[in-house]
Amino acid sequence: MINKWVVYPLLMICSICLIFPICYAFFISLMDGGEILQGQILPKSVTYQNYIDAFKSVPLLQYLWNSFIVSTSVTIGMLVVSSLAAFTFVFIPFHGRNVVFFIFISTMMIPWEATMIPNFLTIQKLGWINSYEGLTIPFFALAFGTFLLRQHFKIIPLELYEASQVAGLSQFKFFYKIVLPVSKTSLVTLGAYGFLTTWNMYLWPLLVTSNDSVRTVQIGIKQLQTQEIATEWGVVMAGVIIVIIPALLLLFLGQKQLQKGLTQGSIK
Amino acid sequence: MKKVELVQISKSYNHHTNVLENINVSIEPGEFFVLVGPSGCGKSTLLRMIAGLEDISQGKLFIGGHHANLLRPSQRGISFVFQNYALYPHLTVAENIVFGLQAQKVPKNERNKRCIEVADMLGLIPFLKRKPRELSGGQRQRVALARSIVSQAPICLMDEPLSNLDAKLRSHMRSEIKQIQRRLGLTMIYVTHDQVEAMTMGDRIMVLNEGKIQQIGDPLQIYNHPANAFVAQFIGSPPMNLIPATFNKQKQTIQIEYHHEILVPLHDVRNISNEDIIVGIRPEDIHLARNEPIHFQIEVVNVEVLGTETIISFKIKDQQWSMKWNGQWRIAIGDRIPISLDYQVLSIFDSKTGTALKNAKADTHYKINEVNL
Amino acid sequence: MKVVVDEEHKGQIPATINKLSFLSRTLNNRTALLYLLPSIVLFSVFVFYPMFKTVYLSFFLTDLQGRPAEFVGLENFQYLIQSESFHKSIKATLLFVLYTVPISIVTALFLAIIANEKLKGIGVFRTLFSSTMGMSVAASSVIWLFLFHPSIGAINRLLSIFNIQAIEWLVDPSWALISISITTIWMNTGFTFLILLGGLQNIDENLYESASIDGASFWYKMRRITIPMLSPTLFFIITITLINAFQTFGQVDILTKGGPAESTNLIVYSIYREAFINYQFGTASAQAIVLFFFILIVTILQFKFGEKRVFYQ
Repeated sequence: MINKWVVYPLLMICSICLIFPICYAFFISLMDGGEILQGQILPKSVTYQNYIDAFKSVPLLQYLWNSFIVSTSVTIGMLVVSSLAAFTFVFIPFHGRNVVFFIFISTMMIPWEATMIPNFLTIQKLGWINSYEGLTIPFFALAFGTFLLRQHFKIIPLELYEASQVAGLSQFKFFYKIVLPVSKTSLVTLGAYGFLTTWNMYLWPLLVTSNDSVRTVQIGIKQLQTQEIATEWGVVMAGVIIVIIPALLLLFLGQKQLQKGLTQGSIK
Repeated sequence: MKKVELVQISKSYNHHTNVLENINVSIEPGEFFVLVGPSGCGKSTLLRMIAGLEDISQGKLFIGGHHANLLRPSQRGISFVFQNYALYPHLTVAENIVFGLQAQKVPKNERNKRCIEVADMLGLIPFLKRKPRELSGGQRQRVALARSIVSQAPICLMDEPLSNLDAKLRSHMRSEIKQIQRRLGLTMIYVTHDQVEAMTMGDRIMVLNEGKIQQIGDPLQIYNHPANAFVAQFIGSPPMNLIPATFNKQKQTIQIEYHHEILVPLHDVRNISNEDIIVGIRPEDIHLARNEPIHFQIEVVNVEVLGTETIISFKIKDQQWSMKWNGQWRIAIGDRIPISLDYQVLSIFDSKTGTALKNAKADTHYKINEVNL
Repeated sequence: MKVVVDEEHKGQIPATINKLSFLSRTLNNRTALLYLLPSIVLFSVFVFYPMFKTVYLSFFLTDLQGRPAEFVGLENFQYLIQSESFHKSIKATLLFVLYTVPISIVTALFLAIIANEKLKGIGVFRTLFSSTMGMSVAASSVIWLFLFHPSIGAINRLLSIFNIQAIEWLVDPSWALISISITTIWMNTGFTFLILLGGLQNIDENLYESASIDGASFWYKMRRITIPMLSPTLFFIITITLINAFQTFGQVDILTKGGPAESTNLIVYSIYREAFINYQFGTASAQAIVLFFFILIVTILQFKFGEKRVFYQ
């Protein structure tokens, strides 16, 4: 459509602008303190000392592990809860289905930040401060997830349901033997999305963690930054690189899938 | 072999209007029973009610003599072939075939044995490991068929199973399904909108329109003695030509157009009470007028040459009629041809209710041949 | 045609409306309830209850444990209306939305259009363009914190090459909000790009081919095919970006802490500070209600005006 000799340079320039901050962070993480203070962009000599220091100054491994546990739990919990709800909305005709669905969707309009004060108080009352429960359970029910899966389940022909009824399958068996395998790709999409958002969550972990036991890696970065800001930028950047690698890997692997799944769910 | 009886069955979605009304029929064990009608006539709904996929609003359903209204689909001893086959896309052909057996906890050995048997019968052995999306339409249809046969359910329900196939494959599958039904002694209830399928496959046919039974009977009964104008026009290709006419009691004639009258024999006069009637005549009953009185001088508007027969279309009043002549004819569009209508082959219907007042005398024109060796 | 009804069945016929047992009639309702129960419980506890609780709290002054201590009616709201700090917060939030949303969308749309060309190696560029989607708020903010560093940060180093005086990005009240906006736009690009690219790829190729045969120019095709066909996706992404903008928190917390002179005290940060630093749950809840209405208005406006202009297939 456009001349490729125009497009290629454009693509190059845009890519450089976009990923410069990430590359820059990577370069800084390889420099020693003196080089950083000179305002270099490319490292003259490479040092890994910053990475070693990053692990020493805050319990990064513990944070990474916590983040992994939290993200995995939220992903699984959300998939179970949303897929059950979506299945019900598509395949089980019950009284008031439309009303209930509307109520579900309306929760998307309530910004999470508007409810965080009572939520914090609830978690406090339940004794879930500094616990995995407090970090995960509030995010198991996701209207967006239910909505997205419902769109995908609706593509499944009703005849499959009827055929399984004739064969004598229970509703639940139909759900996990037919519906889930058939919608594998949309589940993977939603799972990746859930994992990513949880991994990158910031405000809520900030509120409900006050010690290292379950603190996630994002809060770890903030901690690293406040501790080391005056002197050790290299260490901070080393921490940043460690934290973004899992998310970027997941994104690069699932980019195509994510794009397909999310656009389908959003506009159809 | 099981009998299926429907007693005064009705279906309503809103408690006011019935989409099916007062359906009474008894389907014999081992019978191939076809439900036919235009789309929206309620035939699929009726089939799905028998299967238990829709609730029965009113009336009773008996399967094998047992009251079955409240049974779940899997308890009714039926198998069901869907229009779009309803194959599970993530399972292989073999897994699709035994899916129902697995659900009923049939032992694995038995499952495999039956699967191979059925796959062999339908020529599916080479495809057992494939997924449905790797199959052609015809092969998918066979898998759906295999899934139904392997269940060994005595009653098989099919909802327009051939409508997604091309014409050639369809005619092949017609005879194959019929043969399988015979061989296994299945009680078959088969829904279609295609009157050719109904005529060629059914032992008996039920014609439905707007939720009401129009007629039940074997194919020739329905063709030769249609109960009303709807059935007359729905069954047969090209359809029966119909035209409003008036019956003159004094002159004992039927007047189709201003100066064309057909004399009605005395013994039929008392059967026809109304003045306004509909006259019907099958395309194959219209002949070139050679020695007979000429009733119409028609102008040909279209000619379809089929090889063994020729279909000629023309206009009478505002209606397009067609006639079917055996053999090959050299006729051009615009030709004028004299034709005659014999009273014997006319069907006469009440113009208000559509009920047949007189059927064409079948035996005079179509002799039902029998092979006696 | 007559239908023979067996004698034995005749007795059972009289107008039978089937009486299903209560249990089997309500089977679907009970199953539905069972399957929806997790969602319903979670939504009740973590969405609906706190929403009402927020409204409730906004009528009270609270003690340090967050317990409502004194009913004050609408005083919290009156206080907000008079509070200069809150005015600043609202102004900053609206300015922030104005800075970030249009630029995010236009940038991502531009990237999506050039990345939608079928060229060799385009996959690499698509991946690079979407990469900021994987970047967390914390990581991005820390990186930009360094980029904005007045003496050793890359941006001021770059400016110094062109002999432009160093800018105090995060300390100068007239620049701080812009700095936050730049960070946010950068972070938005990945996700917005991915969604818009998906939308572009859903457009039927034949439309462009047919337009090319008619001799349409690039801009004509853009105006008459791309934008109208993309409108549902645009509609969706504009709403999401708007709502996200109102919910911004992490960038502020790491880059400026709401300063300088409250010039970046966006509404969610303001709520956070009021509630968890000053322990004023009542006024914080009142602000949360304001946030809720902002987002409600956005949603309603989008549906009302967006829907009309959107071309749905």
